Amino acid sequence: MAKTRKGVEVSIAIAEAVRQADVDVVAAYPITPQTHIVEHLSELVADGELDAEFVPVDSEHSAMSVCCGSAAVGARTFTSTSAQGLALMSEIYFIAAAMRLPMVMALANRSLSSPLSIWNDHSDIMMVRDAGWICIFVENGQETYDNILCAFRMAENPEVMLPVAVNLDGFILTHMIEPILYEDDDLVRSYLPWKPMKNALHPDRPVSMGCFGMPEIYTEAQMNREMGVRNSYPHILDAWEEWGRLTGRHYRPVETYRCEDAEYCIVTMGSYGETAMEVVDMLREEGEKVGVIKIRLWRPFPLEEFRKAALGRKCLIVMDRAITFGGNQGGPVATELRSALYGMDGAPSIVNYVAGLAGRDVSRKDFRNIILEGKAKAAKGEVDGFTLYGLRG
Amino acid sequence: MLEVRIHGRGGQGAVTSAELIAISAVDTGRYAQAFPSFGPERRGAPVVAFCRVDEKAIRIRAKVYYPDVVVVLDPGLVDLIDPTEGMKEGGILIMNSRKRPSEVAASRGGAVRVATVDADRIAIEELGRPIVNTTMIGAFIKATGIVGLDDIRGPILDRFGSKLGERNLKALERAYHEVEIGG
Repeated sequence: MAKTRKGVEVSIAIAEAVRQADVDVVAAYPITPQTHIVEHLSELVADGELDAEFVPVDSEHSAMSVCCGSAAVGARTFTSTSAQGLALMSEIYFIAAAMRLPMVMALANRSLSSPLSIWNDHSDIMMVRDAGWICIFVENGQETYDNILCAFRMAENPEVMLPVAVNLDGFILTHMIEPILYEDDDLVRSYLPWKPMKNALHPDRPVSMGCFGMPEIYTEAQMNREMGVRNSYPHILDAWEEWGRLTGRHYRPVETYRCEDAEYCIVTMGSYGETAMEVVDMLREEGEKVGVIKIRLWRPFPLEEFRKAALGRKCLIVMDRAITFGGNQGGPVATELRSALYGMDGAPSIVNYVAGLAGRDVSRKDFRNIILEGKAKAAKGEVDGFTLYGLRG
Repeated sequence: MLEVRIHGRGGQGAVTSAELIAISAVDTGRYAQAFPSFGPERRGAPVVAFCRVDEKAIRIRAKVYYPDVVVVLDPGLVDLIDPTEGMKEGGILIMNSRKRPSEVAASRGGAVRVATVDADRIAIEELGRPIVNTTMIGAFIKATGIVGLDDIRGPILDRFGSKLGERNLKALERAYHEVEIGG
């Protein structure tokens, strides 16, 4: 494919990115709202447009197991799932990271049951927060396409060797038709040169993976895992920088919008960021000194960049799309950010809103209410816990 | 920015209408979104699809609450829902209906402009069945001018192939000429 601008569904754009990445193995089990991604990939393979093994597994547990096997022999590997699928996968999901198996997952974020819901929130990714995957959040279709490709470069870097989850809001992005700029196949190939894995399984060079770990070694193995995720950070930046150099589209672990003189900021992760920017533009016209801070890289958490963006503000209004039940300190994002700023000079107060659960629409009006109400709460010192926005009595 | 809401029933292709409009707008260098009212698809149940078109990148990730244009594929829906809900002042309601625009406008208190076309008849004559999603795009194009007849050709032929695509285009063009736009 030559460089083309097209109106397509974001799920289709993901499948096209995977085709351009020339993956070797796709193993996935269909689940709403991820389905269109996998359906299109199976078509691309069946039509001979993608020379890959498409493994139609019997469950997500098997999907992740196949992906581990495939990554272990050094094959470029992709999968995709949502919510209950991720839950079923979770046993092997942790193992993929621990065994340093590079693969890319498009995670179409969806609420975990129960009540059974097919709609969007972030409860699925938060369930596996501590697995040791690199976690990226995207806001729109173009960012999704770009980051799927960047993710392969991050994952397969010999200095990284980790699985990467690209999080996109289910339905809100997966089922959206919008303009996507596809890059040229050759550009993608040059961006993703095939890198043979150092310790790939091979009959001529036997190695053991996923061994039994006695207490004498488990601690060290965990530290090794921690250092692996931590040390991936500069290579994640490199992957984004190179993509920016090639395409002119730049990504950072923390991104800011109209924050230069912002006294207070709304903090978002995922597609929230777009509507937030729209509303911040409106509020700026009314004289409000407000900006948006967007967390793009969730793991490894960009501590320094976040602090740089946050310190000196009066308050942050943090948006969450999941609840930490009984945590009593806010949603998972707010809890993390409060911890990141604890005891720092110039730390803003944090007001936390949980909204958009199970795809409940968060409109421009809602964002406006949240920002203005959050600012007022901060001024009054009402900064504990969280507010479940729009909760009916 | 132009915001569009399309009412239909599951299986009538409301989402396809929104998609085809958005794709043709993107093909002409603009920005667009098309998306369903997210959820399981239930044949026959009232469904809504949305579309936005703008000269600059669209950043809103929420439903359309205040449409400029509302398209109604199934005339029977007006007994179940109020298609004019939230419509912007000066907006236009485009209905598949045998009625004149003035009759429909009167039943809505005269608050919105109305365009009508007997899309069922056109679709039955051209396509052999009353699936009006492409036919109604013809009325939409005439009433809004947001995309041109030439712009929709490519997306329709891409979606339906040349044989069925040409028949859909004929229905669409007839609706373009036959739609009656009220004052």
